[in-house]
Amino acid sequence: MLIDIQQANASAIAAIQASQPVLKGIDTAIDVVPGMEKNLILHAGPPITWEKMSGPLRGAVMGALIYEGLAKTPEEAEKLAASDKIEYAPWHEHDGVGPMAGVGTASMPVWILEDQKSGRKTFCTLNEGLGKVLRYGAYSEEVITRLKWMETVLAPVLKAAIPLAPEINLKNMIAQALQMGDEVHNRNKAATSLLIRELAPAIVKTSFAETDKARVLEFMHSNDHFFLNLSMPAAKMMLQAAEWIEGSTIVTTMCRNGTDFGIRIAGLKDRWFTAPAQIVKGLLFPGFTEEDCNPDIGDSAITETCGLGGFSMAAAPAIVKFVGGTVNDAMNFTRKMYEITDGESQAFQIPNMEFRGSPLGINLLKVCEKNLLPQINTGIAHKKAGVGQVGAGLVNPPMKCFEDALEAYVEKYCKDE
Amino acid sequence: MLKDFFGKKVKVINLGIASFADDLRQQGVETIHTDWRPPAGGNKKIQALLDKVANWQNKVQNKKGAR
Repeated sequence: MLIDIQQANASAIAAIQASQPVLKGIDTAIDVVPGMEKNLILHAGPPITWEKMSGPLRGAVMGALIYEGLAKTPEEAEKLAASDKIEYAPWHEHDGVGPMAGVGTASMPVWILEDQKSGRKTFCTLNEGLGKVLRYGAYSEEVITRLKWMETVLAPVLKAAIPLAPEINLKNMIAQALQMGDEVHNRNKAATSLLIRELAPAIVKTSFAETDKARVLEFMHSNDHFFLNLSMPAAKMMLQAAEWIEGSTIVTTMCRNGTDFGIRIAGLKDRWFTAPAQIVKGLLFPGFTEEDCNPDIGDSAITETCGLGGFSMAAAPAIVKFVGGTVNDAMNFTRKMYEITDGESQAFQIPNMEFRGSPLGINLLKVCEKNLLPQINTGIAHKKAGVGQVGAGLVNPPMKCFEDALEAYVEKYCKDE
Repeated sequence: MLKDFFGKKVKVINLGIASFADDLRQQGVETIHTDWRPPAGGNKKIQALLDKVANWQNKVQNKKGAR
């Protein structure tokens, strides 16, 4: 095969750079997510069965079954979840992403993003806030009540507001947020504020009750992570543009389901390379210890895969107060990531590195050769279903994912060398 | 101490473990640290796989050059 890896990777990175994710609207998952079914539960990370799911993912599945009206109690939900009546699939195989447990079901409202260039769409549910929330595996009555409010008030108000607002180019908004101290994985304060600034006048113009409009604005205002569920599908969209480029060694997916970490490579179509997810090291909320922590979970590492999150920590020094470490560490994480990437983002620039573009396009070969793993910052879920978030910190993928991917790459392209 | 041993001023390039460089600097020795690691972390299987990719790419470049 006459494939020049450097050229294939340059094509992959050019495709990522050219992608322009814009906010198109909100709709119900069953109506817009490709392949969505009433008995299908989409989840974060690589494929997994109920038997192998960790506590927070199980908790989120149980909560989702109660939310959908398919079970009345947690016990009923657990029994149903383990039966063959329910099917599971990764969000990543349905053009979407989900933070933490990342559970998405038929009735949930989802953001719809569209690539201005290709017309291709990506999807993500709306962010519930921090603490006891479904994505961290909590399924109590307050969690379900909030999800129902999001379905019946938040989503309809935002759906009506989006066409009344100026078009929101999420790539531009993320670029601006990086200039304001976000890295849009664990710090979304500026991006959320920018989003509110664009949507608030349009929300006021809708014909919903004043109390509903006020509550929607208060909900967005009270949740610094509201934008995360837009930065993630935006990153997913940009990386989808590099799927699947023959011969390319660029990583297009990094994600975790709470049990396994999974990666995918541009030149190895549809293949998952998985290994056990690691324990996150970081700052825990008062009263919790490392014993309480679930292994790494969530699709949010799509931000790092796209040069954001841990790769852009130099742009977000304040984040170390949330995930641990020092400002110098944050600078060094970004510097190191240039060693394993092939490009620099044209859109995402880091002010205190002389506006250098963030490290973009993780090259499988460089990760293996330098034995240097991608740096991820992330939230930490309690290992038991129903508890919720216990902290935030720093983590790396297991090297085995990359070693297995390299082996598969050689097998496909150059085994006889 | 180091100077006495070598009989002249010593300048050091340190490869790999950063704390070696830190110790020398504390003794006033001019030291440059290089963050070097063995290829593939010393993993021979991975190195062999990387070699296959490199051989293949060399052939690709040669064929392109011959066109």
